[in-house]
Amino acid sequence: MPSQSKSRAQQSTAIARPRGTVIVYAVVALISLAGLADATYLTVQNLAGETAVCGGSPDCFRVLGSVYSKIAGIPVAAIGTVAYFAVFTFATFAAFGYQRARTFLAVTVFMMFLSTLWFLYVQAFLLHAFCRFCLFSAAITFLLTGLVVATPQRA
Amino acid sequence: MSSSKAIKSFLPFVIIGVVAALTITIGAMLYRAKRVAAVTMSKEQTVAAQATGSVHVRGSVDAPVTLEEFGDFQCPPCGRLAEPLQQIEKDYGSRLRVIFRNFPFTTHEHAHEAAYAAEAAGLQGRFWEMHDLLYREQAAWAKSKEVQTLFEAYSGMIHLDVERFKKDMASERVKEKVESDRKRGEALGVKNTPTIFINNESVPPTSLNPTALRAAIDAALREKKGS
Repeated sequence: MPSQSKSRAQQSTAIARPRGTVIVYAVVALISLAGLADATYLTVQNLAGETAVCGGSPDCFRVLGSVYSKIAGIPVAAIGTVAYFAVFTFATFAAFGYQRARTFLAVTVFMMFLSTLWFLYVQAFLLHAFCRFCLFSAAITFLLTGLVVATPQRA
Repeated sequence: MSSSKAIKSFLPFVIIGVVAALTITIGAMLYRAKRVAAVTMSKEQTVAAQATGSVHVRGSVDAPVTLEEFGDFQCPPCGRLAEPLQQIEKDYGSRLRVIFRNFPFTTHEHAHEAAYAAEAAGLQGRFWEMHDLLYREQAAWAKSKEVQTLFEAYSGMIHLDVERFKKDMASERVKEKVESDRKRGEALGVKNTPTIFINNESVPPTSLNPTALRAAIDAALREKKGS
């Protein structure tokens, strides 16, 4: 194999990596599954029309049925599902040594962190109501952010 | 490439694929479980089969389409739907009659008191005036600590005998009426508000908007003409 193509292959599929880093990315992938489950549940609730009616926790319904629960007609929960799945995908690839996946993971988690801050502000100051499913998602995102920030980007 | 290396390069794709498939499958199963199945009232459960004296009806008795709503005066989606429903009533005129049933949730702090206020107004023949006022002013009284004072003020606004209204609001008669509406809803499988039946067929929550409701009423009208 020519030396140039060998180095490119190593960059995209670097197999040699510290064990600790692999464990951290595996933990990130596992934690993102909890977020994925939470966001999937909220997406289904939205699609089934449950957020358009009253019946469960009033605070959750105030948050999930508010104007802030959709962006251009798309439920925020559905965007969250895609985001958590992206985190799971990038974290899995990163655990297997794909260098570029680490950058994508960091960018995705950073964007989710900013979104979470915005939605916490909306719940606290604009809606004056907190939905426990949204708070769970916020906790997951903060945890993911902490893990990604604490992990060295270069193995 | 050795077989171990080949497995390692394929493994992340397999893991991600499995998670994607599981997410879609579980999501679809959850959606099927959560989707409210259409409920059809039996002949014994229809309004026509009941003693209609205590039922709050607005519109023509001979209207071909009946819209029966189970509502909670403190429920924001019910409040948002109230004005469009009034417009629909105006637009369809004698072709539509509307029935309101109380279905207050205990999770809404003042929902029961609001239902009692509407029923107490009903005892003086002004149920619908109080119904409209409660929905219009929902944002004001829902957060109020002096809700009783506000409801008494509302009763004055719609020209009720305020002293009688106060007595009626606390009466067992009014509480029993609200409870009987609730029991009727539960017997029909009502779990959320607003729940709307058009000619005894429940409307799915995803269709609780003016456009879809008009479409459902039009379909019911066509069906009546056809039969």
